[in-house]
Amino acid sequence: MLKIKNLNASIENNEILKGIDLQVNAGEVHAIMGPNGSGKSTLAQVLAGREEYEVTDGVVEYDGRDLLELSPEDRAREGLFLAFQYPVEIPGVNTAYFLRTALNEKRLYRGEKQISAMEFLKLVREKMKLVQMDESFLKRSVNEGFSGGEKKRNEILQMAVLEPKLAVLDETDSGLDIDALKIVANGVNTLKSRNNAIIVVTHYQRLLEYIVPDFVHVLYKGRIVKSGDRNLALELEKQGYDWLKENVPAQAVHVEE
Amino acid sequence: MADENEFLQEYANREYKYGFVSDIENETVPKGLNEDIIRLISAKKKEPEFMLEWRLKAFRHWQTMKEPRWANIKYEKIDYQDIVYYSAPKSKKDGPKSLDDVDPAILEMYNKLGIPLKEQEILAGVAVDAVLDSVSVATTFKEKLSELGIIFCSFSEAVQNHPDLVKKYLGTVVPYADNFFAALNSAVFSDGSFVYIPKGVRCPMELSTYFRINAANTGQFERTLIIAEDDSYVSYLEGCTASMRDENQLHAAVVELVALDNAQIKYSTVQNWYPGDKDGKGGIYNFVTKRGLCKGVNSKISWTQVETGSAITWKYPGCVLQGDFSVGEFYSVALTANRQQADTGTKMIHIGKNTTSTIVSKGISSGFGQNSYRGQVKVLKSAKNARNFSQCDSLLIGDKCGAHTFPYIEVKNSTAQVEHEATTSKIGEDQIFYCNQRGISTEDAVSMIVNGFCKEVLAELPMEFAVEAQKLLGVSLEGSVG
Ligand SMILES: Nc1ncnc2c1ncn2[C@@H]1O[C@H](COP(=O)(O)OP(=O)(O)OP(=O)(O)O)[C@@H](O)[C@H]1O
Ligand SMILES: [Mg+2]
Repeated sequence: MLKIKNLNASIENNEILKGIDLQVNAGEVHAIMGPNGSGKSTLAQVLAGREEYEVTDGVVEYDGRDLLELSPEDRAREGLFLAFQYPVEIPGVNTAYFLRTALNEKRLYRGEKQISAMEFLKLVREKMKLVQMDESFLKRSVNEGFSGGEKKRNEILQMAVLEPKLAVLDETDSGLDIDALKIVANGVNTLKSRNNAIIVVTHYQRLLEYIVPDFVHVLYKGRIVKSGDRNLALELEKQGYDWLKENVPAQAVHVEE
Repeated sequence: MADENEFLQEYANREYKYGFVSDIENETVPKGLNEDIIRLISAKKKEPEFMLEWRLKAFRHWQTMKEPRWANIKYEKIDYQDIVYYSAPKSKKDGPKSLDDVDPAILEMYNKLGIPLKEQEILAGVAVDAVLDSVSVATTFKEKLSELGIIFCSFSEAVQNHPDLVKKYLGTVVPYADNFFAALNSAVFSDGSFVYIPKGVRCPMELSTYFRINAANTGQFERTLIIAEDDSYVSYLEGCTASMRDENQLHAAVVELVALDNAQIKYSTVQNWYPGDKDGKGGIYNFVTKRGLCKGVNSKISWTQVETGSAITWKYPGCVLQGDFSVGEFYSVALTANRQQADTGTKMIHIGKNTTSTIVSKGISSGFGQNSYRGQVKVLKSAKNARNFSQCDSLLIGDKCGAHTFPYIEVKNSTAQVEHEATTSKIGEDQIFYCNQRGISTEDAVSMIVNGFCKEVLAELPMEFAVEAQKLLGVSLEGSVG
């Protein structure tokens, strides 16, 4: 589904990603871990098409297409979803309206009929139950005045409504209390299927107890320095990143499992 | 790397969608302004003596006045001798009796603007008094209104058929000496609308006028007078678009509203005149004086405006709250893009006891647009317990535009309560990207955010107008992304 080869990206002439290789197949869950500032969010944003980042080298294939050729909105319409580490507030724009517009854009792109207000309401109510969000949020402006945890839940709600093929969750677990974490994880697990894939960026093993990854990768200084199965996450939890840092060769070595 | 402000740049380069020129023959008087021209205008319109006298008085006063320079706008000096002060569409008969009599070219033009008169007449139940080049060409639903005693006609007709009413109220709210442009308008006004709602009558439909400036070099000088007798209600809509021109066109309208005891007037405007090209060439100079007099107790006047057009907008629809317990409201959206400049706001003059006023102003600037809010709240000594609430919000798109707020508050009665709030925000790259990531294009995202920003004001517009205004904001934002 997603094939990243030697991806290099920079912002304002600062090299952040220095040759990422990653393959994600349908039905898989990948976790990306790594210390602060290692480039996890950068990778997520580059995949989503944020224009501030310049891709200096490498290719990204998504569903057999050149992902980097697509505009950010077309990537989204093609089923790529990014749950933001810092969801953005959009004052004045009603959450329900925003979500329905997003859904209809995707439908139009696929040549499907727009969803009516009634149908949409039915759908969104059902999805809100999944993430245990109160319906009153629909009437509020997108993320405006939402608590940190509410914002994260709203990301998962949007994911649930848009049903992406590939979802990238950037630290959706941080700032969540234990109950909320379970709710979010449960939401994600419900959406998981053989046909879609999920990349979770996280600092904590805790989330991975609920969303069980097939692969765990460690990103360090813009490179994937180690990949493994879920035990790698446990090891990181115990030992931190130092043992990996020491092992990092001058040139990137990609550990394929 | 993508230019951070790329979409904003393109936003600034948006083209005017309604730019075309219709070839309707025009009957014009020579360029320039002097007493003879005024006599000629008055004669062409077969006006009674009092009207000519009034025009001449205004003209003589205007000659003693200086063009105001205090607004936060810049423009080339206007040569008042280089303007044609009167033009009327030639019609085969004396005037159209119904829509069928209207010049097909005119109807065609309205259709291009997306204002199908016929459809509106049938579907919306809106009585349309279409003003084209200063003379009314179509009036509908007149009969239905006249059954209720409502007068809705062109200003010229009112001067002919209801001279007493005109004489009684003309200039009582905006005297000809009020300001430079009002004096000019009083001297040379060509036509406009007249509305009279008799006592106790609630006007059953929205009254609507579409204005359009069409003839080259023709200054447009509308004059509108609306009188609402005791316990009456009327909602009036004014909307307009103009064709593309290279020369700047002056527009100096005057609108006077009079609300008597318990009467309510709702006046809504959507203004989309040609704003000039992206370098600031051409466009309409829109210098308007609009004022409502809440003359009676418990009367109410609401101004709602959506201003997206014109190269320069200079207007301050205001309310004189004379009657005790009277209410004045001002809801405004002003959008400036490219090199557009707007200096707009309101004046609320509290005279009566327990008078209240509400001001909600939303300024949107993009490109090199300059948007100023200038609001005056004046509480006179007599205005015991007066209240005002003002809110002025500015939204910036890009970093070459500007927003300015100039509140003038003058309170002479200590029981008054005056509140003023102001905010400035910016459409951020991160907001746009967030929308993009949800499949929403940049253009739609900007439009969505702008509409959200203006929501409070758009909500004040009558339904069908609100939809149009929303579309207009969209059109104004068109071409903002590649
Ligand atoms: N405009 C910029 N100029 C220079 N460096 C930048 C710029 N934007 C981001 N960076 C740097 O890029 C690096 C990677 O940032 P990124 O947000 O991808 O890290 P992360 O792995 O997601 O970290 P965290 O775990 O804290 O979320 C950081 O060192 C950050 O300071
Ligand atoms: Mg991050």
